[in-house]
Amino acid sequence: MAAVTEQSRFGQVIWPVIAWIVALIFFFPIFWMVFTSFKTDADAVKPEHLFFFTPTLENYTNMTENYDYWRFAINSVITSTFATAFSLFVGVPAAYAMSFTPSRHTKDILLWMLSTKMLPAAAVLYPMTFLTKNFLNIYDTHFLVILVLCLVNLPIVIWMLFTYFKEIPKEIIEAGKMDGVSTWGEIKDILIPLAWGGVASTALLCFIFCWNEAYWTVRLTTTDAATLSKLIEGNRAPEGLFFGRLSAVSTAAVGPIVVLGWFCQKQLVQGLTFGAVK
Amino acid sequence: MKSLRNTALGLALGVVGASAASAESLTIAIVNNGHMINMQSVAEAYTAETGVELNWVALEEGVLREQVTSDTATGGGQYDIINIGMQEAPIWGAAGWIEPLEFGADYDVNDILPAMRAGLSHEGTLYAAPFYGESSMVMYRKDLTDAAGVTIKDNDSWARVMQAAAAMHDPDNGVYGACLRGKPGWGDNMAFITTVVNSFGGAWFDADGRPQLDSPMWNQAVNFYVDLLGNYGPPGSEGNSFNEILALYNEDKCGLWIDATIAASFLENDNVAYAQSPNAGVAAGANWLWAWAMAVPAGSPNSEAAMDFIEWATSKEYVQAVGNHPDFGWGSVPTGQRASTYAIPEFKAAAGFAAAEMAAIDSAAPAASDIKPYVGVQFAAIPEFPEVGSAVAQEMAAALSGAKSVEDALAAAQAAADAIMSEAGYY
Repeated sequence: MAAVTEQSRFGQVIWPVIAWIVALIFFFPIFWMVFTSFKTDADAVKPEHLFFFTPTLENYTNMTENYDYWRFAINSVITSTFATAFSLFVGVPAAYAMSFTPSRHTKDILLWMLSTKMLPAAAVLYPMTFLTKNFLNIYDTHFLVILVLCLVNLPIVIWMLFTYFKEIPKEIIEAGKMDGVSTWGEIKDILIPLAWGGVASTALLCFIFCWNEAYWTVRLTTTDAATLSKLIEGNRAPEGLFFGRLSAVSTAAVGPIVVLGWFCQKQLVQGLTFGAVK
Repeated sequence: MKSLRNTALGLALGVVGASAASAESLTIAIVNNGHMINMQSVAEAYTAETGVELNWVALEEGVLREQVTSDTATGGGQYDIINIGMQEAPIWGAAGWIEPLEFGADYDVNDILPAMRAGLSHEGTLYAAPFYGESSMVMYRKDLTDAAGVTIKDNDSWARVMQAAAAMHDPDNGVYGACLRGKPGWGDNMAFITTVVNSFGGAWFDADGRPQLDSPMWNQAVNFYVDLLGNYGPPGSEGNSFNEILALYNEDKCGLWIDATIAASFLENDNVAYAQSPNAGVAAGANWLWAWAMAVPAGSPNSEAAMDFIEWATSKEYVQAVGNHPDFGWGSVPTGQRASTYAIPEFKAAAGFAAAEMAAIDSAAPAASDIKPYVGVQFAAIPEFPEVGSAVAQEMAAALSGAKSVEDALAAAQAAADAIMSEAGYY
């Protein structure tokens, strides 16, 4: 008995310590990025200024004055918000149908949707560029970015929602049917309120994925619809050390999403660990 | 609820149509190097004078190349001006992807350094105007060579360079004899290795396009490179390219560095001296030649305005504008493009490397020769080169890290290059 108590006491101490160490390891690059953003480009690469330097807001001033930060930020907000909204608009009914009226092909469809994530994006870069620029004339528009972000994230959105909806007893939906509720009514008045936590965490994760998406947002935009990913990409220099500047741009790009994640961490953890303790 | 829905719909439709380009504006794709960053500020004067609004799209080199290639190959239209390198300019010019450049007499095209003009032309027609250019040279710590009792001369032999690196090598005190590119990439480790191979009398391909990586010259050159960097280089050299070595050099951790001449403008140590690139008996091709140039894609609807801007940005007037700019000055002017820049007293006073840089560019030999039957010094100006170069680069990094012997790495590199070139239909 004494051994068990000692073991649990050991566990009470050691696990939090390990958790803190892991958390600090993950947090350190972000801390260093923010820290470096207050150094000049020259100080950022000098060992003598590794920890002690005169902080400056020069990089942030430069970013807003010369790099048009707000245009990129507004584009990120617009495209991520609309792409998340459209993903849910399509994903909720799709997951509803597959959860409560499955056919014998439902699992195959789910697997097929997930398999689209396995396609290397580079394989369709040329056709995407050619079609959107030469035929559809939607290259470098918010519409294209929203559409692509929506399509890229739909498999994950549908999978997550499907898993949440499966936890809701089918009888509740059937009771609604018996009371004459329409399909839209079932989704709006029964399903979404019951699975609100799941829908919220799906929306949050989808928004984060949209915000961070870099492959397509960099390659399918020029100036009008370019997002913060493109601003970061443009600040990488092959000949020259501009780490202060790059850190400021990166901090300002990830800042809004980190703040959002901080406020919604409960839902995020729920979303990231869904199904893990069933 | 209804009004909310209508607002959302309106916004959605609004954002769809929010991308009309102004006729009074030029969209310029640039690589994010120091000179290009400065250009964005200096060009405010151009906008003030002409009323032409400039939209800059800065991209990392690899992404820029990828995006500009896909845009140009699909008919262009997204960019009015693009930043391209010396590898692309003659190929794209031949393919008709970029427009031939014609400037007024005031532009003085003959003032552009002959090597640059040749490297950016196809069949005598200039397709891209150099914004800044570079060759390679030895940048070494004079205080360390003096202390070690060694010297490095212009066009020295590789053996003497190895000797100097060995003499300066003092890892216990954090000084490594030689810092050289080791990071895999056709523009990274292969840029340097190719110049070594050239100086040993080797080449990438023969006249039929057959890879020559199994030749004795490649074997000698790569063995020398692995010995030099493996014995006297900093640890982890297989991850080092320009920026990593620049940081090491400015931390006083390198004895000598052979790299782009542009590096000289970033060096902070007061004891830096310069020498022309070493060779192993064959001087041609021992120092590379590169330019970041400006071109007009064939599909640009604003080609006339684009030409006007390029004419201004690559002119003598632009060099003066940077030199006299309160934020920049003569130490920041783009170099390696015009002979007249090297005659400006203020520039010569501000840039101690000027004479060495011009000599390096002037002696670079990009034209095809008997030894090297293709255009280009540290690359071959053929469309397949980036793929071949990237594949070989991985093998060279494996040899440097010790994961493979030089012989095995070269055999694998030859097989990979052979597969690419035969697939492309060269033989």
